[in-house]
Parts: sequence; C-alpha cells; structure tokens
Amino acid sequence: MISTLLVANRGEVARRILRTCRGLGIGTVAVCSDPDTDAPHTREADAAVRLPGRAPADTYLCAEAIIAAAQQAGADALHPGYGFLAENASFARDVIKAGLVWVGPRPEAIEAMGTKISAKELAARAGVPVFGGLVPESVTEDDLPVLVKASSGGGGRGMRVVRDLADLPGAVEAARSEAAAAFGDAAVFCEPYVERGRHIEVQLLADAQGTVWAVGERDCSIQRRYQKVIEEAPAPGISADLRERLHDAARRMAAAIGYTGAGTAEFLVAENGAASFLEMNTRLQVEHPVTECVTGLDLVEWQLRISEGEALPAGGPPPARGHAIEARLYAEDPAHDWRPQSGTVHAFSVPAAVAEFTAPAHHGIRVDSGVKDGAAVGVDYDPMLAKVIAWGATRADAARRLAVALAGAKLHGLGNNRDLLVRILRHPAFGAGEVHTGFLTDHGAAELARPLADAETTRLAALAAALADAAANRERAPVLGTLPPGWRNLPSQPQTKRYRTADGEEPAVAYHCTRDGFQADRPSGVHVVRVAPGEVVLETGGVRRTFTAATYPGPLTCVDSPLGAVSLFPVDRFPAPEDTTEPGALLAPMPGAIGRVVVAEGDRVREGDLLMWLEAMKMEHRITAPADGVVTELPAAPGGRVEAGAVLAVVDEAAAEDEERGRP
Amino acid sequence: MTVLRSRLDTAAPGFAEARESMLAKLAELDTEHAKALAGGGSAYIDRHRGRGKLLARERIELLLDPDSPFLELSPLAAWGSDYPVGASVVTGVGVVEGTECVVIANDPTVRGGASNPWTGKKTMRAMEIAEQNRMPLINLVESGGADLPSQKEIFIPGGRMFRDLTRFSAAGIPTVALVFGNSTAGGAYVPGMSDHVVMVRERSKVFLGGPPLVKMATGEESDDESLGGAEMHARVSGLADYLAADEADAIRTGRRIVARLNRRKPGPRPAASVEPRYDAEELLGIVPSDLKIPFDPREVIARVVDGSDFDEFKPAYGAGLATGWARLHGYPVGVLANAHGVLFSEESQKAAQFIQLANRADTPLIFLHNTTGYMVGRDYEQGGIIKHGAMMINAVSNSTVPHLSVLVGASYGAGHYGMCGRAYDPRFLFAWPSAKAAVMGPQQLAGVLSIVARQSAAAKGRDYSEEQDAAMREMVENQIEAESLPMFLSGRVYDDGVIDPRDTRTVLGLCLSAAHNAPVRGADGFGVFRM
Repeated sequence: MISTLLVANRGEVARRILRTCRGLGIGTVAVCSDPDTDAPHTREADAAVRLPGRAPADTYLCAEAIIAAAQQAGADALHPGYGFLAENASFARDVIKAGLVWVGPRPEAIEAMGTKISAKELAARAGVPVFGGLVPESVTEDDLPVLVKASSGGGGRGMRVVRDLADLPGAVEAARSEAAAAFGDAAVFCEPYVERGRHIEVQLLADAQGTVWAVGERDCSIQRRYQKVIEEAPAPGISADLRERLHDAARRMAAAIGYTGAGTAEFLVAENGAASFLEMNTRLQVEHPVTECVTGLDLVEWQLRISEGEALPAGGPPPARGHAIEARLYAEDPAHDWRPQSGTVHAFSVPAAVAEFTAPAHHGIRVDSGVKDGAAVGVDYDPMLAKVIAWGATRADAARRLAVALAGAKLHGLGNNRDLLVRILRHPAFGAGEVHTGFLTDHGAAELARPLADAETTRLAALAAALADAAANRERAPVLGTLPPGWRNLPSQPQTKRYRTADGEEPAVAYHCTRDGFQADRPSGVHVVRVAPGEVVLETGGVRRTFTAATYPGPLTCVDSPLGAVSLFPVDRFPAPEDTTEPGALLAPMPGAIGRVVVAEGDRVREGDLLMWLEAMKMEHRITAPADGVVTELPAAPGGRVEAGAVLAVVDEAAAEDEERGRP
Repeated sequence: MTVLRSRLDTAAPGFAEARESMLAKLAELDTEHAKALAGGGSAYIDRHRGRGKLLARERIELLLDPDSPFLELSPLAAWGSDYPVGASVVTGVGVVEGTECVVIANDPTVRGGASNPWTGKKTMRAMEIAEQNRMPLINLVESGGADLPSQKEIFIPGGRMFRDLTRFSAAGIPTVALVFGNSTAGGAYVPGMSDHVVMVRERSKVFLGGPPLVKMATGEESDDESLGGAEMHARVSGLADYLAADEADAIRTGRRIVARLNRRKPGPRPAASVEPRYDAEELLGIVPSDLKIPFDPREVIARVVDGSDFDEFKPAYGAGLATGWARLHGYPVGVLANAHGVLFSEESQKAAQFIQLANRADTPLIFLHNTTGYMVGRDYEQGGIIKHGAMMINAVSNSTVPHLSVLVGASYGAGHYGMCGRAYDPRFLFAWPSAKAAVMGPQQLAGVLSIVARQSAAAKGRDYSEEQDAAMREMVENQIEAESLPMFLSGRVYDDGVIDPRDTRTVLGLCLSAAHNAPVRGADGFGVFRM
C-alpha cells in the first residue's frame, strides 16, 4: 500500500492527483520550481520540496532532483502526471530502482511505445491497422499531402503539413531541428495527411493480472496546431462496429506489450471510416475527465490501485452514461495565430462549476484548474489555464451547459480563447456532430474567436466601467467624497472617460450627475438604475441587467454581464510620453526563449534574412530582417528569456547605405 | 439624535405657489448662467478651438480629479454692467490630486481674456477665498491684459493681485501658474510672482513689452518667441519651471505639481455623512414668493443637515432666531437662522452667546438669513436694542471660526450685518434666488422718503403733491427692488453666487471642507460687550 506519494508535476494535473490522494488517505508531496513556490499545487500538498531553478530541465525534468525529493520527504510512490517525465522510461526505471512505486506502466512498455516508428511496427505486428510510414526521401507527388512528424514526442512539436513537394526538404529540416531540440531525437517520418480526419482515442485500464479494459473512447478532433481544444466522450456519430473495432484494437495493443495502468491508444479515422493507429500514450491524458464523467470511474484512483497490485473488478468496464465535453481554456489569442498571452490572471472562477477535479455527482460542470487569482502566467509553462467539463444527459445538453458555463466564467487579466470555445460549442456544425481535425480551418479560427460581446455590449460595459469607477473614485476621495459625483453648479460639459479594447475599439463614455443620480450622455438611451463601485445596473429597452466591474493594475477593467465579458483598458486622460522604440528595432512578437542566433553585431543582412529563432509555445519563430541593413544592436543572446515587446535586434538601414557609399 | 419633525405641507396651495415662484426664478437664473457659460460666443469659441486650444472650463475639467465636484464662484460677476456676464474669467473651488484648490482661469474667448473692473473684483474674491482657507491657487493664464478703455479702474487696484501672489507664497499658500497663451505686460507678473510656472511650447507668450513696444523703446528688432516664448523661458530666462508639449501636458504637469505640494489638511477628518431625512426637492416650496410671509427655517435645516439631526439651543428664548448644533457632510456646525424676520434684544443676546459657544467649541457657523433687521420703536430703543444688536455684531465680527452665510429670504438693515453679511467676511456667502438684501425693504424705503419729503414740504410751507409722491414712491420702490435682487448683488460680486436651494447642502458641504484647509480655531477674546 502506498502511504505517501510524490507528484512529479505541477499545475492542474498535480492538483488533480492530490485530490484523489486526499480521498484515499494517501499523504502527498509536491515539488516546485522557483516560479511555483506559491502555486496552488505547492500549497495543497501535505509537504513540498523545492526544485531550485526555473527552467524545466533544472526542475520538473530533472529526474535526480525529483527522486531525491521523494526520498527526502519520505514518499514511497511517485506519480508523474502528464508531460515532463511522464513518458520517460529511464526515469521510470530510476524511480523503481530508488525503491519507489512508479505509478505508471512498466518502463519496457513506455519504451515500446516511446517512438512512433517503433510503436507502429508493434501495432502492425499486433494486427492493428496503421498508416504506412514513409521515409521522407521516398515521398512522391502521389503521396501528397503528407504530414512530417517527429518520431519522439507529441503535442504537435515537429509536425509539418506538406502539400508541395518543393516544401518537403525545408519542412523535414525544420521538423528535425525542432524534434532534436525538444526531444533529443531528430528522427522524423512522413505519413499521409488526412484533411478531415477524426482523432478518436480509447482509454485503457490494464491490471497486472492481465485484465485490459477499454474504458470508452473520446473524440478529440477539434484541434489547433495539433493540440486538442475540445474533447468529448463518447465519440459522436460513430457506428457500433467502428467503436468496437477501435476498442478491440486498443485492447490488443495493450495486451501485446503487457501494459499496466492507464493508457490511451490514439487513432485517426478517415471520412470513409478507415481507422489507423497513431500512437499510444503511456500515461494519464489531459482529457481524462470526460471519461470519468461518463463512466463514474476515478482514473487516477485506478492508476494508484493497479500500481498497488489490485485487480480490475470482474464484469468489465462500466458503460457510458450521458455525454461529457471538455474545453481547454488557454491564455492565447486565437485571432492572432494563437499567440500565447503572458501576464497575470487577476481573477479566475467558473461560477457554474459544481465540482473540482472530480466528476459531479449528477450532471453539471467540473473545473480542473491550476491557476489561482493573481497568478502570473509567463513564458515558463504551458499556457493552459483550466479545463472546463460539462456532463449532461445528451451531447446537446452537455454542449449547452458548457457554453453557458464558459460564457459566465470570470476570466480577468489575460487574453484567452474563451470566446472561441463558446462559439465552437454553439456552432451548428458542432451541434450536428460534424467534428474533424479541419474544423477550425474550415470554419475559421478568427471568425470563431470573434468576441462574444458585440459592439453594443462593449459600449454598455464601458459605461458600466466608467460609472463604477466614478463610485469607486468617490469612495477613495480624500476630500469631498460624500458630495454628488462630478457635481457642478454650472454644468458645462459631461464627465468623459475613454477605454480601449484588445480589438482596438475605443468606446467613449460621457455622463453627468443629476439630482436623481447618474445620467448617461454617451451611449444614449441607457437608464442608469444603480451604481456602486463594483456593480452597476443599467436598463436598455426596458430590460435591466447587472454589470460587475473589477479593476486591476495595468490599468485594466473587466466587466462581466449576461451580455458577455468585456476587458477594457482605461485610456489615460493625458497622452503618454512618446514611444521611444528605435526605428528598425525588432521586437519579440511574444514571450519566449531565444534559440539560435545566426547573426552578430555589425553583420550586413538582406531583407528576409534569418536573424534568430524565438522559441515560444512549443514553436520556433523565425525572426528575420525587416529590410536590408546592418545589425547595429543585438541584445538577444541564445537561451535568454524575453517578454513580448522586448528588443531582439536593431537593423539600421541608414548604416547600410552609409557603408555602400563608403562613409564610416 | 434629535431629529427635526417637518410640518411642511407639500399638498398646501402655499407650497405649490412658492415652488412655482422659485422655479421661475431658477429658470431666469439658468438663462443668466448660460450667458456666462457661452463665454465670448460661438464665433470666438470656434476660433479658439480652431487653434487647437481648450476652453477655460475644459482646461479646468481636465485639471480636476475625475468625478470630483467643482463649485464655480461668482458666475454672474458683471451682471447688469456693460461687460459680459462672467467677467471673462472662471473661478472656483475644486479638487486636484486630492487637494482642494482655488482655480482662476481666464476666458480667452471673451475679448481675448482681457481684464475689466469686474474681472478684477471676481479674481480678487477668488484669491481672498484661497487666502482665508489656505488653499493652493492655480492660475490658468491666457489674457490679453487690461481692457484698455477701462484701465483707469483697473491699473491702480489691479496691482494688488501681484502683491497678494507673493504674500500667499510667504504665508505658505502655494501658487501655480499654467500659462497657455498671452500673459504680457502686467500679466507677466502672474507667472513672475507664482511659486510654480508651466509654459506651453509655441503657445505661451510672457514678456513685459512685445516687439512693437521694444522697437519703440529701444529700436531693437525682436520677435515674440525670443522675447517671451516658452522654450526661451524654460531654457534661457528660467521663468518657466516646466516646458509642456501642449495644453494637456501643461495640465498634467500642473496636477503633478499639486500632487507634490504634500498638502495635509489640519484637524480631524469629518465624521460619516448622513443624508437628511427629508427630500431636498421640497426646499423649493418653503420660501413664499412674498417675503412678508414668515416661514420656519427649521424646514430648511431639516433638508440640509446630516440626518435632519438638530439640537436647538435656547429654543424658548428669543424665538425669532433659531440656533442649534448639527453636522453637515460630517462637519460639526452651529446654525443661526431667522425665524420671523425681526431681531429683538433677546434674539441678539442669544446670538451673541451662541457665537461665543461655537468659538469655544471650534465649531463653524452657518447663517441662514431671513431678517428685516433689528426692532425699532421707543420701547425697544429704551430697552437697549442698539446695545444688544451691538453685542451680536461684536460676536460675529470677532468670531474666528469659519462663517458661511446663505441669504434665503430677506436680509435687510443691520440684520444683514448681525447675520454675517458680506462686510463681515464670511468665508463664503451665497444667495437663493428668493433672497433680497438692502438697507431696508423697498416699500419701507420709499415710505420713509415720502414721509421725510412731506415733512420738508410742510416745514417750508409748500404744497405736497400726492400725485408726485405716488410716482416717486413707485420709482424708488422699483429701483430698490431691482437693486435688492440676488442677480444684481451677485453681479457686483457681493456674494459668491446664487445657488439652487436644492444644492444648499452640497454647496455648504464643499465650503466647510474648503474652510477646513485652514485651522478651525475659535476666538480667544471678543470686543467689550456693552452690558
């Protein structure tokens, strides 16, 4: 029996595992990097051990430090979560060697599934359908389009779609370098690219006694850049025959490698129903909550029980009850190339949630989140803020619940994909079950990411923000705070305030205070019912609605109402000092780490020349010269971390011209 | 808690009539205020805006803290004179960076912001308020200087302004000048005498003599910029402490200057403010249109003071003057309010005692005027009404706690003095549209003149024409009536403004808070009370 478990992870998955341990009476140990010393997972565990440093390699990827932490804190078992070292066979071996219980499959099973190339070979031998892997050099025009994939790793890193043979060498080269950097394995392969395929995966539970359960399947087809956005269980609109084929193939894969614990077999299902095995994840999946909701199983609990040697009960897995959908809330901007957003999560809550890290007792909303109010979301870790899961009687029921829960979530401080998620869930194609990997491309991410709050809502929100601000102003005022706000014996003009939205809109507000309270001049046609510092009631067209306004340093005002959430940046009454950015300066488009720098100060460059790579969000961004010129400044150094807007290099056009003319 | 119980019958015809009358007067007042707000008119406003400049009130709005109140002072200055209503300057009390300040802004749309005699009176009054209440003074300067045709009335007394600026500085009252445009000749001493000076690039023009005058004086060729530009003053002469990029930048800089003054108000902060129990809207129907009809000032007090809570002092003695203690926006106050016009010996003695008590308790006083003066007649003269009136005037004159006066109804004769009229230096004095102030009522004054003339005719043995007498009386009555009206008195800057009765609590609250920028301390001694 496990008495104390170390969770070798962070964020929501760490909290998820802690939740089950608490229920089972298992003591917990957290590990934390320096940025995480005050993180929720660190606080919630019974004990925490610091992993000095910031970079994953020094902390959550540092096997020795983690095993030492387990010994130091007296843990007798270790759960790796997902990501980081979860699928690292040598780590698993070291854990076992150190005398700890490894909550996961045997290292050999991890190894067998460790690279996609070898996993496919294994699958083929077990009679599971697979795509023929292509050697990049042998790809012909007839094979197009193809997907270039890294053999190791996942999460979309190293993946490239190639539609034109001429692009293939470049894509292969890029994928190799990305894979080498991320996984230490440059091996890549190609496989046919299925434009509108469905990504369906089967959840497995296998005990040491040889019982293998296929605990239902999940559809994770709606993806962006090969990363899942919406997941659901069961997979909608598939035939019983296909379902059984997938479950059967998954069970055979697990049996073939003597798998134990929880795992997932991923398949790509073409439009014609042909399924082929993609890979097997030898760990818990991010999207496991949808399976938990519909089956009532606690998958983490079963991971622990199986690692303690317990057998799965007779009678097979429980059948699915109802339907569950999960949406991943990311701090990213879907309308602008999914650019990650860094900053502070001032407030995060899902008022509709009835359960946290566990399936609701009845239908309802579950939230798994790793952030707390005031947390900084930076360049260090994955920008996923939370998973919001709805469990309903039917798929439509779950989708409606989830859309409303997301729309009503308080999400202050960071750009995020909430509006996209809600629009997907409310999209007729989604409702019809027409989910496939091209969903976001077909329906347009930018279109789907349009703010839920329309222009009118934004104007009302700005008015509410301005009035709430006026009330707060009066409360804070050192003098005359009890007089009517903005009182004038000779009114000559209204009080005015301006705001800016992330979309560049600038709603202007004008109001004045009468003996009967505030009157809105702009927008017009609004009756101000009640004003308090955090809450304003406005009436339009005879309908009253409450707007809550929260202000944060920045400054930022977040207004929530039944009409949608609006983030507003108050425009200073006095224009800010001029921008002092040098002309020709290249600014980091997003937060990240500098990869290779291929130029040096003083180098002459041509427009479009590669200067450096910026690694952010599992992607490498090329920073290129904006014009012909000379690199006069190069503050960026390889390995350095930068925030969005930091100057990476300065390319001086004039210096180049001077040089041409032979001037110094 | 001693909550006043209102006996006001809002359903009575008298209430409706009084309210109608008051609303009509307020409509007239709005018309006159609109003239002040219109400044130099749309053509000049457009021209000013066309130059990318802000109007005087726009500059003030930008200077003030968002959503903070602003009390404009003397908006009717120059009413009834040959000069435009408002006197080409805007003055008032407002909050800048949490500090109550007096703001003076030239209105350049009115004859280039030139000063006429009324501009001078209005400006000096605003400065007096800054001085008495120790509030920083912010000048928003853009003025073409003196209105030359009336220079004889400005030049000599106007010099006082520059003297006072430096005296303020010496007394620890900060002075700030934000120069938006012309500030030449004598006007150059506004920045010259101020503690802090901000000028606007390519806009400010500050010199003693412009290019033509210099050419005349010394033959030197010059230009505006080299003689008095903002860049020059910031980099060469050192007259400008801050060089602003534009008007908004100048105002931003002005706010930062005030923020760094580190002003702290002396004394305790006000207690929590409690709204009165009765609706301020009902103040419109309390004062009858005919001031001969008395009204109970407690109905006013109940709609002005915190929680309508009023502890009356000596209610049974000298009932013609209600005195008592209350709070207003959290500030403790003593209130003196005329209850039936006439001040007898008892009322006078009661007032003298009450004012001394307020001074002992360092409590500001509010005077609500509705008096026809001290009682006359043999019995009263023999009973010492002069002596007793003098006691009241002695107490008012030597009291050192802040006094705020509101002319609600009549304010006639020495009663105006005893109730702290303008000459008795109340920190602020306002009038309701229903007020009237004069040496006596128009009918009384005409009647007195008639009696005197009749006696004079009789003494000389001449006939006395009743027809002429009636005409004379009517003429005098009309003249005195017109000169007793609040707009006339406000035009002469004898008050700080005519206010809407419903704003009384707000105005007094603001003034009390302003007054508390100076220490509130009662008098150590009074003049000899004649017993």
